[in-house]
Amino acid sequence: MATTKHILVALVEDKPGVLNRMASLFRRRGFNIDSIAVGHSEIPHMSRMTFVVNGPATVVEQVRKQLDKVVETVKVSDITGDNVITRELAFIKVKANSTNRSELIQIVDIFRANIVDVAPDSVIIEATGDEEKINSLFNLVRGFGIKEISRTGRIAMTRGGSGPLPVTKKPPKTQAKGQKKANK
Amino acid sequence: MKMTGAQMVCESLVREGVEVIFGILGGSVLPLYDVLPQYPQLRHILVRHEQGAAHAADGYARATGKVGVCFATSGPGATNLVTGIANAHLDSAPMIAITGQVARPFIGKDAFQEVDITGITLPITKHNYLVMDAASIPAIMKEAFYLAGTGRPGPVLIDLPRDVQQEQAEFNYPERINLPQYKPTLQGHPAQIKKAARLIGESQRPLIIAGRGITISRAFAELKELVEKAQIPVVTTLLGTSCFPESHALSYGMLGMHGMAYANMAVDAADLIIAIGMRFDDRATARVSGFAPHAHIIHIDIDPAEIGKNVRVDVPIVGDVKAVLGELNKLVDKAKHIDWVNKLDVWRKEHPSLLIREGKSLLPQYVVRQIYEETKGDAIIVTGVGQHQMWAAQHYWYDKPNTFISSGGLGTMGFGLPAAMGAKIGCPDSTVWCIDGDGSLQMTIQELATIAQEKVGVKIAVIHNTYLGMVRQWQELFYDKRYVATPLSSPDFVKIAEAYGIPALRVDCREDVAPAIRKAMAEPGPFLIDFIVEPEENVYPMVPPGAALAEVIEEPRKEAKAIKDSAKLPVSNI
Repeated sequence: MATTKHILVALVEDKPGVLNRMASLFRRRGFNIDSIAVGHSEIPHMSRMTFVVNGPATVVEQVRKQLDKVVETVKVSDITGDNVITRELAFIKVKANSTNRSELIQIVDIFRANIVDVAPDSVIIEATGDEEKINSLFNLVRGFGIKEISRTGRIAMTRGGSGPLPVTKKPPKTQAKGQKKANK
Repeated sequence: MKMTGAQMVCESLVREGVEVIFGILGGSVLPLYDVLPQYPQLRHILVRHEQGAAHAADGYARATGKVGVCFATSGPGATNLVTGIANAHLDSAPMIAITGQVARPFIGKDAFQEVDITGITLPITKHNYLVMDAASIPAIMKEAFYLAGTGRPGPVLIDLPRDVQQEQAEFNYPERINLPQYKPTLQGHPAQIKKAARLIGESQRPLIIAGRGITISRAFAELKELVEKAQIPVVTTLLGTSCFPESHALSYGMLGMHGMAYANMAVDAADLIIAIGMRFDDRATARVSGFAPHAHIIHIDIDPAEIGKNVRVDVPIVGDVKAVLGELNKLVDKAKHIDWVNKLDVWRKEHPSLLIREGKSLLPQYVVRQIYEETKGDAIIVTGVGQHQMWAAQHYWYDKPNTFISSGGLGTMGFGLPAAMGAKIGCPDSTVWCIDGDGSLQMTIQELATIAQEKVGVKIAVIHNTYLGMVRQWQELFYDKRYVATPLSSPDFVKIAEAYGIPALRVDCREDVAPAIRKAMAEPGPFLIDFIVEPEENVYPMVPPGAALAEVIEEPRKEAKAIKDSAKLPVSNI
């Protein structure tokens, strides 16, 4: 089966073990998770997770449904191919001294990245962008000598008003026997 | 009211209507067991191995429809539950497992009898909890019971550190459950139900495949109404056995690897499959690419993650089977499918799958049939896993709802005896027969001690064929009769039973079968019969691994046609 890259966004309760439960459902099928990013959402005590995984579409859809079943999950959406903005943040520590530092600064400027630390023999570049942009910046500064690199996982959001998640509504507080799960 | 964590657990169990707990104590659950005498409503059954506790809670849950409860201590106690929890998970049985844990300051330090049981059971529970303060116990208990028993039922594990059991806190049992994310869909989508009704109306050769969801949802009457109104033949999955009366004219038995030939042929010929509360397990579908090749498929299930998992579905309906069938029955037109039903009846005559060979030797099928004759079908049959399980499913005639309890998904040898014990404790007025194999029984045989101590009136029929029979059958058919590690020498089961204080008999000829069964039934307490049966009897019909349902092997004499070279077997779940 042909595998493709999928971006899954999950709104979950902020409780211990939730990430473990979610990640476990990928591990079970031998999926390697390209990246995970987790942070607070606009709803108190709720986190938003962004997973990037490689897999056949039908299998990813099956995993998505199983992620949806995790008790702490509000909703999981596969937003691959939607009108989506994705970004990641990278720190790149590059060898640089007084002779070549200005050349490096020029490259950083072109990429609208920042230098956030300068040491006698290195600088740290902070860059934000989609995966391609970070990769091309990386390729350009590689010649200087990379000392260390740290990248966050990708975060993603669909453009315009129609979010994948019912963000405006607070989740109901009471048990809803017989009620339908939203948008299913 | 202030209480200790241990008291809170018991108080919550009482409020949830729990009557029976299966368990074994140990260091980390001492505080919990210490308060048990304060709650005489809770009957504790001391099992002999924690696996038995989990299976007994499972059997109890399936027989009664209530949530089964088991206790175990930390470490080995907890890991011994794991097989039973996985079994309940795969067969959607509602269960609460409460394990002791080392005291909070010791967690994560490899303390004595510490294991990360919430980590271990993560993929085999519906949900689990590590309780880090006593004040949260009431809410967790309430949630746990709700999760275990609603939607698609399943096991929930609660891990209680020893010092949390001793900690004092205010007990407030919540009225409501705060689980905003957990909302099982109960009502089916009306448009989908309408579509399903239309497909049923248009269909010439419809067939219902009924699974355990019917039993869980107690939708027996709704299923019967649909069947009779639209005259749709029914086949069942292994765990669907007994969800529809087998003597009904439109019942065509079990489908799948050891299903009836005519049931499998019906699936192959149908133009519409209405799959209700089943999950297209590979043992039921056989080769998926050859499953119901001419049929549209309607799939009704409460778990959205089951839709489209194994087979393509034309009309998915997510919802509670009882509710969905209730709505569907209103829309389905009365119909008759005379040609189709006649055809199935002809197949049933031409391909009899339940003939028992004449002759002197004691055949296992004959034993099962005699248990049926003597109980008149009025018993709960609980099985282990193996050949005897298939014969019990095939040759007993299940007319009463929820009378067949077996380990389907996990296929756990050793399930039978403790599950039968749990079922009998849950349904003391029912006759409970445990049909078990000599291999399967020995995996949990220690529970004979529990049965004797608690005087649980289970009748045990050991189908004793001196082999791990199902595996031997596979070796015979697919591994050129190389019987590696399947011949089994067993102890004298009669003496074993008697040593435990359970009366027993040995039977090795046909004439003695019925009298022995009658004697067992006349006994008020437990009774064991050791049936020495034909050692190399095989289970037929059989769909060989990798074959489609229609390629069913019907008769033992055609064995030679079976695939000989196992290396050439197509990739399948064998």
